Amino acid sequence: MTRIGVITFPGTLDDVDAARAVRYAGGEPVALWHDDADLHGVDAVVVPGGFSYGDYLRAGAIAARSPVMGPVVEAGRAGMPVLGICNGFQILCEAGLLPGALVRNHGLRFVCREVGLRVEAATAWTSSFTVGQELRVPLKSGEGRYVADAATLDALEAEGRVVFRYTEPAPNGALRDIAGVSSADGRVVGLMPHPEHAIDALTGPGTDGLGLFTSVLAQLTATAGLR
Amino acid sequence: MTLSQGPAPVDAAPPEAPPLPSVDDVENATATPDEPQPHAALGLRDEEYARIREILGRRPTEAELAMYSVMWSEHCSYKSSKVHLRRFGETTTEAMRARLLAGIGENAGVVDVGDGWAVTFKIESHNHPSYVEPHQGAATGVGGIVRDIMAMGARPVAVMDALRVGPLDAPDTARVLPGVVSGVGSYGNCLGLPNIGGEVVFDPGYAGNPLVNALCVGVLRHEDLHLAFASGAGNKIVLFGARTGLDGIGGVSVLASETFAEGTGRKKLPSVQVGDPFAEKVLIECCLELFSGGLVVGIQDLGGAGLSCATSELASAGDGGMHVDLDAVPLRAENMTAAEILSSESQERMCAVVTPENVDAFMAVCRRWDVTATVIGEVTEGDRLRITHRGATVVDVPPRTVAHDGPVYQRPYARPDDQDALQADTVAGRPRPSGAAEIAAQVRTLVASPALASRTWVTEQYDRFVRGNVTSAAPADAGVVRVDESSGRGVAVSIDANARFCRLDPRAGAQLALAESVRNVASSGAVPVAVTDCLNFGSPEDPGVMWQFAEAVAGLADGCAAMGLPVTGGNVSFYNQTGTTAILPTPVVGVLGILEDVTRSITSGLGPEGHAVWLLGETRDELDGSTWAGVVHDHLGGLPPRVDLAAEARLAELMAGAAVDGLLSGAHDLSDGGLAQALVEAAVATGRGATIALPAGPDGLDAATVLFSESAARMLVTVAPGDEAELARRCAEAGQPAARLGEVGGDALVIAGVEPLPLAELRALGEATLPAALD
Repeated sequence: MTRIGVITFPGTLDDVDAARAVRYAGGEPVALWHDDADLHGVDAVVVPGGFSYGDYLRAGAIAARSPVMGPVVEAGRAGMPVLGICNGFQILCEAGLLPGALVRNHGLRFVCREVGLRVEAATAWTSSFTVGQELRVPLKSGEGRYVADAATLDALEAEGRVVFRYTEPAPNGALRDIAGVSSADGRVVGLMPHPEHAIDALTGPGTDGLGLFTSVLAQLTATAGLR
Repeated sequence: MTLSQGPAPVDAAPPEAPPLPSVDDVENATATPDEPQPHAALGLRDEEYARIREILGRRPTEAELAMYSVMWSEHCSYKSSKVHLRRFGETTTEAMRARLLAGIGENAGVVDVGDGWAVTFKIESHNHPSYVEPHQGAATGVGGIVRDIMAMGARPVAVMDALRVGPLDAPDTARVLPGVVSGVGSYGNCLGLPNIGGEVVFDPGYAGNPLVNALCVGVLRHEDLHLAFASGAGNKIVLFGARTGLDGIGGVSVLASETFAEGTGRKKLPSVQVGDPFAEKVLIECCLELFSGGLVVGIQDLGGAGLSCATSELASAGDGGMHVDLDAVPLRAENMTAAEILSSESQERMCAVVTPENVDAFMAVCRRWDVTATVIGEVTEGDRLRITHRGATVVDVPPRTVAHDGPVYQRPYARPDDQDALQADTVAGRPRPSGAAEIAAQVRTLVASPALASRTWVTEQYDRFVRGNVTSAAPADAGVVRVDESSGRGVAVSIDANARFCRLDPRAGAQLALAESVRNVASSGAVPVAVTDCLNFGSPEDPGVMWQFAEAVAGLADGCAAMGLPVTGGNVSFYNQTGTTAILPTPVVGVLGILEDVTRSITSGLGPEGHAVWLLGETRDELDGSTWAGVVHDHLGGLPPRVDLAAEARLAELMAGAAVDGLLSGAHDLSDGGLAQALVEAAVATGRGATIALPAGPDGLDAATVLFSESAARMLVTVAPGDEAELARRCAEAGQPAARLGEVGGDALVIAGVEPLPLAELRALGEATLPAALD
């Protein structure tokens, strides 16, 4: 079974949800610990949401420098699929795996709301969707406003690295309504909304979020087949 | 090379250390019996101070005086409420106790919910701190109740908050409410605890004294239940979590006065504690790992009264004595006195009793989570709590006298003189709307009123998704949390109060709060099984307030007994008043219900297009104290709606059966705003309208009365056309009054005799109010 690592930092909150999403999608979640600089042979990594290290200093800043992130950055640069959700997205930006930054919502308040997301690009984590497909997923963050300088944003758009966009005006004021971006090779993806909370209509807005996890499992299985 | 330090002065004398405050130990106290002590400034009456001297056979030391004064405070000792609270014990039968694994007196009640699972839940107030500093006051309120739940051995799984503030347009509300909401939100969100519901109530009575009541729900296996006691001589007392500082030391006490700080040059910190939710999140995970490793004999959280409370309660609940060495306590500030260390309310701390052979393993778990942990003492033979500091014995007391033998008062109480006039002043003489346009206008007015407007502005700041087990949250009637992912077993919780009804009749009002909470839980199909309460009142020294309190407690205790629901624990908050004006009596009642399978719970709102809308229960001419009377006529008087707990029980049973059999496609309880508001909320929540004909009922009521009456024991339900006969059959069999109102469909609420109300308009009206005032 494909093994997907789920990192727990002190203050991580959505690790159980991310692990459940991996399981629902048919993968095997593997718990990774912030203080252990070893990925234990996983095929992909999810950096889940929460308030790592209390998000003191700056959201994601301390976690990005924790022992486990060394091998994550290295593997991500070498093409291992990495997904950062919410605080995980902030951590990946802080770690330099993804461009841009996440700053305080323009309303200055935490926002928890189900939002519409449009899939804008095919990546390791979105291959089971069609581009243009709309998803319903919860957003819950206080520092979710995606920002980057205009040149970076233009480049991201030109290279097809804007992966998700809010279908309505971004509730956090994200520039160009960007909800998620990817690395140049489309293997590392970060997004503010929470696909792991949209895997079961009983506990979330539906099952749209599961597609991110089935996407990466399908990709990894295909690659394994080729090997 | 060290760049940050300058060259060391060669000839300068070493800087003089600040003088250590002298230690008032037992020896000194015995030698100086006539030393004047500031007991009055610490809130102790002369006779209470005399009793402490009698217990000890000498004057107390400074540290002992500090301990007794905080533990004998109203907040910790329940000295004014105890004689009334006994009623809960007296009315609880063995049958009601059957499900209880732990009850009143523990940190929180624990209820067997089946399959080896237990749920613990409790509500607590943090009213005064939230007025002084709304954000931190509310945040630490959440932190405190979460630690109570942890202390039972449970994983906290959800929180709720009942908030009461001044009028929405009062200037101070714009300070208090956003601060409180951000405090509740940031603390709960950062702990990874979904917020599943609560209340926000606006009333002038709370303008100078808001109420912030927080509830926490925790889940555990039966075998993981932990209780707070220190037994087994030689067992170690471990303090773990945050360091102990000068924060939260009672602002009015001598501890914050110059006497203690003189010459030490230290700055006193504010008396409202500052929360660190990250520290608490780590503490939760650390505790759960300690529990699962079997490393804990007894555990106690540190909340109000800090170490004074934790050590005296642990020791008095155990079978021996205890020795604690304050020199071992990790401190945040230098030169803290024994009294300060014992009284500090620094947050995010726990105290555990650990067998000597498990101490190393205990410390290893704490290290893994970067949690500071220190052995500060041990359980001893004998029956004394002995605390040492700087080599001297500063406390030597029988722990029970601190923790449990505080004073008990029979406060005088009397029905207020204005009660009769208040009850005689009914709303009956005020005009009721008639005609399609006027009724519709009043429905719109109510929908947009602060009393009934959408709470999305508040609930959007709370995470309701984290951990993936919440199947229903606000604005649903009850919050529903899955306990067991494999079986779907779960619980439903609601917290409710109607202080306006309580003002008119505290006994009936308390029972109406219980009834509403039961109904909310029942609307999900859950079987109500237990109650927690938070009793918010004015000054117990006011006989009128004391009468309200006694009446409300009696009403609640009798109501719970009538419904077979045990009160598992709770909290009393007195002195909620501005000057001599007390708040409305506000007993907040939380009810816990069990769902064997959350996938079968009844959806909140209206069912699919074409389903039939039914009203269960009887509607009477009951507008006194209603939201309509308050909003339209600014009126509060008369008598609250009739209480019929048998009818509530019958309705709850019918709902539970319907859930198991999947009979109903939607449900919504009727409470504030009556049938009109229930229809609006259900329709707006589901995005579907309905066509409704109002039943005049046996009393031949007019449309406005049917729409705005707040008769209890009523529920709006929807049912598939093919299941209507079965619903009718069940209602007839149970003696449940029921009437078919109409059908789900369209994009407006079309009520016979009322102008059609488009959903889009209703939604916009309801959602605009809070943002307009607070953004």
